[in-house]
Amino acid sequence: MSPWRRGYWREASNLIKKGDGCPRKKADAAQDRDAGDKPPTPVIAAFKVFQHELDTKHDKYERLVKISRDVTIESKRTIFLLHRVTSVPNAEEILNEAEVKLDGVRQKIGQIAEELRGEDIYQFHRAFTPGIQEYVEAVSFLHYIRHRSLISLEEINASLVFMRTEEVGAQDAAETLLPGTHVLTFQVTPSDYLLGVADLTGELMRMCISSVGNGDIDTPFQLSQFLRQIHDGFSYIGNTGPYEVSKKLHTLRQSLAKVEDACYALRVRGSEIPKHMLADVFSSRTTLIDPEEGVV
Amino acid sequence: MSPILCHSAALFHDKSRCNGGEPVPSRHQSYYTEGRGQFFVIITSSSTVTFFITVFTVRHVRHGDVQPHPGLPGRGPGRQRDMSVTEMFSHIQGFLGADQDVREDIRKVVQLLEQAAREILTVLQSVHQPSGFKEIPSKCARARELFCTVKTHIADLKTKFPAEQYYRFQEHWRFVLQRLAFLVTFVVYLESETLVTREAAAQILGIEVVREKGFHLDVEDYLAGVLIMASELSRLAVNSVTAGDYTRPLRISNFINELDSGFRLLNLKNDPLRKRYDGLKYDVKKIEEVVYDLSIRGLAKEAESAGDK
Repeated sequence: MSPWRRGYWREASNLIKKGDGCPRKKADAAQDRDAGDKPPTPVIAAFKVFQHELDTKHDKYERLVKISRDVTIESKRTIFLLHRVTSVPNAEEILNEAEVKLDGVRQKIGQIAEELRGEDIYQFHRAFTPGIQEYVEAVSFLHYIRHRSLISLEEINASLVFMRTEEVGAQDAAETLLPGTHVLTFQVTPSDYLLGVADLTGELMRMCISSVGNGDIDTPFQLSQFLRQIHDGFSYIGNTGPYEVSKKLHTLRQSLAKVEDACYALRVRGSEIPKHMLADVFSSRTTLIDPEEGVV
Repeated sequence: MSPILCHSAALFHDKSRCNGGEPVPSRHQSYYTEGRGQFFVIITSSSTVTFFITVFTVRHVRHGDVQPHPGLPGRGPGRQRDMSVTEMFSHIQGFLGADQDVREDIRKVVQLLEQAAREILTVLQSVHQPSGFKEIPSKCARARELFCTVKTHIADLKTKFPAEQYYRFQEHWRFVLQRLAFLVTFVVYLESETLVTREAAAQILGIEVVREKGFHLDVEDYLAGVLIMASELSRLAVNSVTAGDYTRPLRISNFINELDSGFRLLNLKNDPLRKRYDGLKYDVKKIEEVVYDLSIRGLAKEAESAGDK
């Protein structure tokens, strides 16, 4: 039996008490501890309130974690779906499918906004930040494939406005001033946006390599330019951003190096190698680059 | 620079990756060789006269082989995109910079708060001295005075950030606020041997209880303060025996036991508060040992009868 188990010491000290017959001179104090039927003391009453408050807070937190996890999973699936764009003939179909999936994700984020109504979003920020980052990654990936540009924070936030119809029964008297619908917005914080964009670069790197494998020679060069811009942007921000940014900046450098090396190889050899052999070049090159990444 | 030169320069850069010397190929041929997982393209040409010799390989380029890559983005649409990415990042940078400034301001005030909290703690620490027991009321009065300084600092802190963003910057003052909550609970316990309510504690610090009203005492911070006090009380129990006060440990024991049953009601998650709470059982144990020592020697009874006289 571990002494770390809850209640171990309580039992142990009860044993001691039984042995020595510890005097409990303060009758009232003895009462509230030993007899549950007596009215609770102010301290116990206060802790009952704390219990309620903490439980409410924890429940809300857990609900947010759960929604965030759903958002993460759906966003990841969307990203995988988008990676198939490079290998199928009709890309538009996949993009539309991704759009539908992301609509579902947005509904989930609407639930988060619902939970956060009237709350300080930073109080529960840690609960849903992974999901939001993943969503930013997915939505910016889709945006890049469509428009070949970086989605802005405003554009993301603009798509996270929800109209909610409330059940009349649940309405407060104060809220009946606006009958029927009310507008809920969800604001992605700049740091979540930044971290999402940092993750995006990993996806772009993967897209670059796979598009080379498919004999598409234009995309890698566009991607490398785009990645370089993002890299420059991150270097500009430097370490003023949140702590996670500097970690992701390292990964970004690795991705950028891979893409730049791929472009280099394409330039040097691409023009001479028959297209069907290009994929082989890249599979051998990328594996060779890996061990050197630590130097970055 | 001619295209051929470009290529040779690139080849030089690549030499770190090309290890192992390849035999110089015969002329008028183009072929690929694969060596040690490394890809070499070695091309010779009939029409070129110049040979570019690198350490590792020889390379010629046929006329027309090198030309600007069709996939290379031109100057046209790329420029515009460049602007937008840069703009985006400078926008974000502006936000982060402002955020840093606010945090810097907060840190300065929090430092003052920490200083004030340390002063109060120093005052209160003297209650553990044998001579200090008689001075408890005067020490508490002194501490109360010092809480006024704390109040002004907290009032200053409130002006440093938007009230509705309490949790965004909470990490900065969380620690000191817990210390202050401890000091408040300790002072009130020394004065009246009761647990200060969260409302009263917040009032002493000049802050609110509910989030909607502004800068408030989070329930978790208040509870953390109570737990710090519990370990301070276990120390006080030991020291009061040393100072010859045998009744105080009994009162402390009752108080701590009540607190313990209070904390038992809470469903704590695996968070910092839970870790602190896990320490409470050692405080309970220590005080119970003191009480045991006193009662087994009849010292507690002696004290009671002495007190009854």
